[in-house]
Amino acid sequence: MKRQTLVWTLVMLLGGGALIWRSAFTSPGMGREYLRVVTSADGRSTQYESATYGDFRRAVTADPTQTAVRLSLSRTVGLWLAAFFTLAIFSFLYRDNPLYKVAEAMLIGVSAAYWMVVGFWEVIVPNLLGKLAPLMIKAWAMPGLSGPEAARDLTYAVPFVLGIMLLWGLMPRGAWISRWPLAFIIGTTAGLRLIAFLHGDFLAQIRNTILPLAVLNQGAFDPWQSLRNVIIVGGVLCCLTYFFFSFEHKGIVGKAARVGIWILMITFGASFGYTVMGRIALLAIRLEFLLDNWLWLIDPTRQRMLG
Amino acid sequence: MTSFLIDQWWLVVVVVGSVVPLAREFAAHGIEETLRSLDRRWIFVLMFWAVLLPIYYIGVTGQTFPEVPSLLARATFDEIERLREGDAVLMAFDYDPPTEGELGPMATAFTKHAAAKKLKMYFMALVPVGPQMIDNTIDKVIKADYPTLVYGQDYVNLGYKSGNEGVIKVVVTNLRELYTTDARGTALRDLPMMRGIDNIQQMKLIINVSGAYPGTKEWVQYATTPFPALHLVAGCTGVQAPLLYPYIPSQLSGLLGAIKGAAEYEKLVVDKYAGPNPDPKYLEGLRRMGPQLVAHLLIIALIVVANVLQLRDRRRGALR
Repeated sequence: MKRQTLVWTLVMLLGGGALIWRSAFTSPGMGREYLRVVTSADGRSTQYESATYGDFRRAVTADPTQTAVRLSLSRTVGLWLAAFFTLAIFSFLYRDNPLYKVAEAMLIGVSAAYWMVVGFWEVIVPNLLGKLAPLMIKAWAMPGLSGPEAARDLTYAVPFVLGIMLLWGLMPRGAWISRWPLAFIIGTTAGLRLIAFLHGDFLAQIRNTILPLAVLNQGAFDPWQSLRNVIIVGGVLCCLTYFFFSFEHKGIVGKAARVGIWILMITFGASFGYTVMGRIALLAIRLEFLLDNWLWLIDPTRQRMLG
Repeated sequence: MTSFLIDQWWLVVVVVGSVVPLAREFAAHGIEETLRSLDRRWIFVLMFWAVLLPIYYIGVTGQTFPEVPSLLARATFDEIERLREGDAVLMAFDYDPPTEGELGPMATAFTKHAAAKKLKMYFMALVPVGPQMIDNTIDKVIKADYPTLVYGQDYVNLGYKSGNEGVIKVVVTNLRELYTTDARGTALRDLPMMRGIDNIQQMKLIINVSGAYPGTKEWVQYATTPFPALHLVAGCTGVQAPLLYPYIPSQLSGLLGAIKGAAEYEKLVVDKYAGPNPDPKYLEGLRRMGPQLVAHLLIIALIVVANVLQLRDRRRGALR
């Protein structure tokens, strides 16, 4: 056995042993999920709400025979799976391995299926079928569908037909039919976005840059606001100069372009800094999940306290 | 700190044990030579400890770092503060689990603020997992701490609709074209707070928590720009924040950028509405600033070390 394999085997065995020891032989243990059974007033429906170990301990202290707050086996398995997949994804930092591949494939499969199911029940059923055949949809899937929203609207036959034409691309013959709805999608999306960018970004940003360079606040000169406006206006002009290639970047144009590069670099630096902050936050929540929810080493939200 | 280290001796042993091989490399090949050929996985190990240790320390001791709210966080807070009891606010939670670490604390703080001010909250989402994020926040804040607020009268979850910016384009003029029921399948006309609400121009404020696309940029482009009477405040990921600054203040009244923005806004909300001993669930953003500090110090140190080595190489002519 190679030395590296031996070391990793030992680490895994030690880690596994520590988990078994902590979950089985320590108090309060680790990695368990609880739920609260809530029965409606008429006793006809039951809901299962999340509960904490602290809730469980309090309920047992008050009534040792109670069953309203209890251990949830399925949620506990879910918790351990979440911890396993988190560690499996982290393992890629060492090198590519089968555990990472399994976690990656699982994520892609579950996400694709989830999107498909949500898209069907949240959009196709209420917004397409519900408009074309409201009575049928009300009887089958949406008992709450009523009022003016439940009125039949046959104009929705157009997206229905376009949708079928789009799916025709999967057929062995006549795949060209899917190009028509695709052209419609591209055309409308391009049109919508063009208008939005022209209105929301291009024109609005020009307007936002037209600022007074000497700001008067209640009749008095405001140096800080004035400086701020000068930096904004000057910065925009310098950056635009950098991207202006009709003149050679020499003399005053060259100097302005150089300032423009510096401003762009500062912007990229700020952007990189923000990205780093975001990524650290993502790592932090996963580690917090492992330490708090799974290992029960910390309890920042006092979920497991009795008091 | 000393008593913490003594109590948690096993952690010290694990941390020291994990970097012993690196120390041996330094001893065997010298600091400069080791740094020049440093395996990237050592940086991962250092980053792991830089993030984990503050989490553990804060989790055990309950201490957080002090936070001073910036002008943008204050502008966001003030924009919600100016609203009156019963005003309608659209809570557009366009984020999902991958960005929960950054945006969850903002969503919690926004909901706490709106609930404390007794605003009518209309939740909706443009991402498929958004409704679950909304339900989590409702359970965590409204059901737990504001049990007098009634679903359908004080808050409603309209759920998710696909179509990205197309949804905004439609609901800004006709909400009922897309939303026939709420997320639970209840007809809108059976919800008291939906009576008289035909489009989102009737909202006094849009509060957006934005994970990526579609998000704040789309709300700016399709809601507040064509309808300037609409006001928008947002909390966004760090990646998005630099792209949104140009919209402030005319198209975007307030912005919370990444976990730092969340912590600042959280501080304002907690100071005013959570009393002297706030529930720790309202301090998530503040708690996560600890790992940020240590990890940033590590990154700065690595950048400085790498640049010093680069400058030395250049001076020696090694790069020529």
